[in-house]
Amino acid sequence: MSTPATKGIVEPAPAAAAPKARWRWRDSDILASFLSSKVTVLSAIVSVLLIGGSLLAPLVAPTNPFDPATVDLMDSLMPPRWVEGGDPRFLLGTDNQGRDLYSAILYGMRVSLIIGLAGVAIAAVLGIGLGLFAGWVGGRVDAFVMRVADVQLTFPAILIALLIDGVVHGIVGNAQRENTAFAVLILSIGLSFWVQYARTVRGSTMVEKNKDYVQAARLIGIPAPLILLKHVLPNVIGPVLVILTINIALAVITEATLSFLGVGLPPTQPSLGTLIRIGNDFLFSGEWWIVAFPGLTLAAFVLAVNLVGDWLRDALNPKLR
Amino acid sequence: MSRPVLSIRDLKVEFVTRRGVLRAIDGVSFDIARGEVLGVVGESGAGKSLTGSAVIGLIDPPGRIAGGEILLNGERIDDLPAAAMREIRGRRIGMVFQDPLTSLNPLYRVGDQITETILAHLDVSAAEARRRAIDLLKEVGIPAAERRIDGYPHEFPGGMRQRVVLALALCAEPDLVIADEPTTALDVSVQAQIIALLRRLCAERGTAVMLITHDMGVIAETADRVAVMYAGRVAEIGPVRAVVKDPLHPYAKGLMGSIPTLEGAADRLVQIPGSMPRLNAIPRGCAFRPRCGSAFARCHIERPEPLRVGEHDVACFLYAQGAPAEPAAAGPGTEARR
Amino acid sequence: MTEFPLIEVTDLRRTFDVSKPWLERTLARESRQLLKAVDGVSFHIRKGETFALVGESGSGKSTVARMVVGLLEPSGGEVRIAGVPMTGGSHAAERRRLRRRIQMIFQDPFASLDPRWRVGDIIGEPIRAFGVAENRRDVTARAGELLRLVGLDPADAQKFPHEFSGGQRQRIAIARALAADSDFIVCDEPTSALDVSVQAQILNLMRDLQDRLGLTYLFISHNLAVVRHMATTIGVMYLGRLVEVAPARQLFAAPRHPYTRMLLDAVPDLAMSGRPRTPVQGEIPSPISPPSGCTFHPRCGLANDRCRAEAPAPIDGVACHAVAEGRVPELRASA
Ligand SMILES: Nc1ncnc2c1ncn2[C@@H]1O[C@H](COP(=O)(O)OP(=O)(O)OP(=O)(O)O)[C@@H](O)[C@H]1O
Ligand SMILES: Nc1ncnc2c1ncn2[C@@H]1O[C@H](COP(=O)(O)OP(=O)(O)OP(=O)(O)O)[C@@H](O)[C@H]1O
Ligand code: SF4
Ligand SMILES: [Mg+2]
Ligand SMILES: [Mg+2]
Repeated sequence: MSTPATKGIVEPAPAAAAPKARWRWRDSDILASFLSSKVTVLSAIVSVLLIGGSLLAPLVAPTNPFDPATVDLMDSLMPPRWVEGGDPRFLLGTDNQGRDLYSAILYGMRVSLIIGLAGVAIAAVLGIGLGLFAGWVGGRVDAFVMRVADVQLTFPAILIALLIDGVVHGIVGNAQRENTAFAVLILSIGLSFWVQYARTVRGSTMVEKNKDYVQAARLIGIPAPLILLKHVLPNVIGPVLVILTINIALAVITEATLSFLGVGLPPTQPSLGTLIRIGNDFLFSGEWWIVAFPGLTLAAFVLAVNLVGDWLRDALNPKLR
Repeated sequence: MSRPVLSIRDLKVEFVTRRGVLRAIDGVSFDIARGEVLGVVGESGAGKSLTGSAVIGLIDPPGRIAGGEILLNGERIDDLPAAAMREIRGRRIGMVFQDPLTSLNPLYRVGDQITETILAHLDVSAAEARRRAIDLLKEVGIPAAERRIDGYPHEFPGGMRQRVVLALALCAEPDLVIADEPTTALDVSVQAQIIALLRRLCAERGTAVMLITHDMGVIAETADRVAVMYAGRVAEIGPVRAVVKDPLHPYAKGLMGSIPTLEGAADRLVQIPGSMPRLNAIPRGCAFRPRCGSAFARCHIERPEPLRVGEHDVACFLYAQGAPAEPAAAGPGTEARR
Repeated sequence: MTEFPLIEVTDLRRTFDVSKPWLERTLARESRQLLKAVDGVSFHIRKGETFALVGESGSGKSTVARMVVGLLEPSGGEVRIAGVPMTGGSHAAERRRLRRRIQMIFQDPFASLDPRWRVGDIIGEPIRAFGVAENRRDVTARAGELLRLVGLDPADAQKFPHEFSGGQRQRIAIARALAADSDFIVCDEPTSALDVSVQAQILNLMRDLQDRLGLTYLFISHNLAVVRHMATTIGVMYLGRLVEVAPARQLFAAPRHPYTRMLLDAVPDLAMSGRPRTPVQGEIPSPISPPSGCTFHPRCGLANDRCRAEAPAPIDGVACHAVAEGRVPELRASA
């Protein structure tokens, strides 16, 4: 119904287009759709609080759980403050090493987030790069990249992490495990998440590369890598941003799973996943809070980010508006 | 004159958006008589398709009919419940759209779609329906109709598909056919065939046709009368010969002059400066005023209502009492750059 | 007039491989399917002229255009610009210089401008790429000049394409095509996505620019009336071949090829002059398995056995056995 020509007529001239805005997200529409969904606003607030709190952990946490000097084994396994036997110093209680759980969650979340973000960044760069390349060149290169992607999909992240973990340890030896754990996690997440980006970007690239504005750039003699970077990439990046938000939550879960299974971080650098694993050992001896609070935090974060991502996907999809 | 098949009175269609109410159709009125083809032309976005959608009761939610009435054979149909309207669509109003594939279900055989429609709307036996379907396909010029009736839509080339759609639109013997850009997606050589077919079939059956198109040539060939729409209003309506050869409204003049023709290899085409206003910026007074070379004081303030001038109905103050200049010289023929 | 034409196209060919993927094809025991989109097209354009290609959808007009500008490699034949062959090993330096003189205007003004770029950057891209101007201020000045040339405002450079109507976008596309001082513009259906009243603005602008800047156009359209308005010489394409080439005036006054006559007959008679017309037959066949001999024979009222067997070669601009054999009835004296 909406031929291109009619579209130009419905849209009023966006006189208020911010002078520096490169994105054409019909800003006001998106903002309005955002504000009209209470769930989304709430999710966004939760996400911002959790992300902000964890990134600013050194400022907002009462103690530094990584610093052995501040930790006292005597304080171990204290219940939350409001429970009987709780200590006013420890809002959410302490773990088996006497670390303040509230601080540990903030710091742990920070570790999880850094790993998640770095992993997703690697995945996105790899996936977008390969997707652009495969979509642009087409033919056999494309077929090859996409088959590799298919194969990759059949390996769960955990298997990849175990593989990488094994390889890395074979090379550097078990002694270095603590130092390499971070890198292994980031790499595993990067290597298991790139496929989605590659597929999405490849699909849109194949559409965009046949559009006349790309032909016009070729005609001017702009080299292909520049066309990809300056013309195609900005036009295919929209859906990628959505995947990105959802993937960050997914990466945090993956990290937690890996750490839970013991492939991840050592107990001295607890991430959310490590905390949950430690807590799990104490669940049946009555110290429920060690697993409950990190678990709840993880669940809240994942849910909130997913909801924001879902909304973003719908908001950016003109067909659903 | 007998009662018109379709009669639209002061139709208004609005879209309710966050930015306010946009009036896309603003007081459109016209009639179509039995056996008559009314061409509807105008700039993209002028509201041609929307008028058609209003008649068949298919305006999607942000839009709504905000005023006026639509009469089919004298009965109001704009306020009917959805179920009753569904019965009227297909039975009493046939539809032909630009893309034949939107009207045909790709999963069903062509013949089944036609017989089903016949059975749903007419009281005949299945064998009789199939026989009629074959006759109809023959009539729209499908070779070997007996065999091809069992083919699927994708097995027909583009022009043949549009013939099938035409057969489908006509199979329940409707009183009115709404054809929205029926030939725009087709090759030039096929366009003429489809147009001739539409013209002949409707004349034979006495079906009234509302033919919406961008293409003035198609209108000149097919229509009896033509309505020129601009910014949701009818600027001029009249017998096709009169409007094509001697348009009165400055927009219609500009439109006719801007069409390159085989006959007049004029050096320069008439150029209407500017473009049609957006729905949220339609000026007060005459909607065409900012682009009009003959506008005068009254055009800025008051909205022109249709006036009878000879065979034409023209919504332009140049033809009202007290107009300043001689209308014949009016028109946006002036060279203008934005 | 120059002694050699600005553009010379000789026996241009292009096939597309439209077969299924290798594995599927092998399993189904199908052979390779080749589509001859352009099959031996030759024409030339003199400086300052407009050569128009007309024909139905799928006749290969856009494919010719893309080969002429160098977006597509020909499978055979040659394109020469100012006498320099645009394919092959030699003349690389000269070719680069010539590339700058050729630009293109596309059909859909909504797809031909990058939606994320400002108009000023879009027009500035060729200015920078071809080194017409280097520093920011000069590029901006030149872009503003071009915008004014096509009837827009230099201040529009700050806006994004979606803020413009279709006709205005096509003006921007024209400004971009002219940005590097190009003098040969290939226009592939430049107005078929526009309203007639906007089309008139664009066609007038294109003719004004041609007069002022001495441009040469290769103008592609399926609308004969538009072509009549623009062209000096017209080539009629059917299924990848040029069936008739003639000066515009002559083509409309005395069309010779049966297909040209058919196309002319299909044009609606807007002037309602009562021009005599014969109804058109059939539809354009699939180019994957074109008819034998003269590919037009299934739709041609004059076809005989020779037409079904043997492809006609162009004689004096017309590729038709009936014309060569003098079997074509004289046309109406009108028009
Ligand atoms: N959902 C909608 N919301 C707002 N405006 C709409 C909507 N749908 C259509 N319109 C507007 O209604 C007006 C009439 O549209 P319509 O499709 O009838 O135009 P048209 O004359 O058929 O044009 P075309 O020749 O392009 O088909 C246009 O200005 C269009 O922008
Ligand atoms: N990249 C391609 N791969 C396969 N087939 C192609 C390709 N490009 C064009 N073709 C085919 O070549 C033929 C000629 O196409 P072309 O686009 O040149 O036609 P055209 O005359 O420009 O038609 P239109 O009026 O529809 O633009 C068509 O049958 C088309 O399907
Ligand atoms: S003369 Fe006045 S009323 Fe008539 S079209 Fe021009 S502006 Fe409108
Ligand atoms: Mg429409
Ligand atoms: Mg084309």
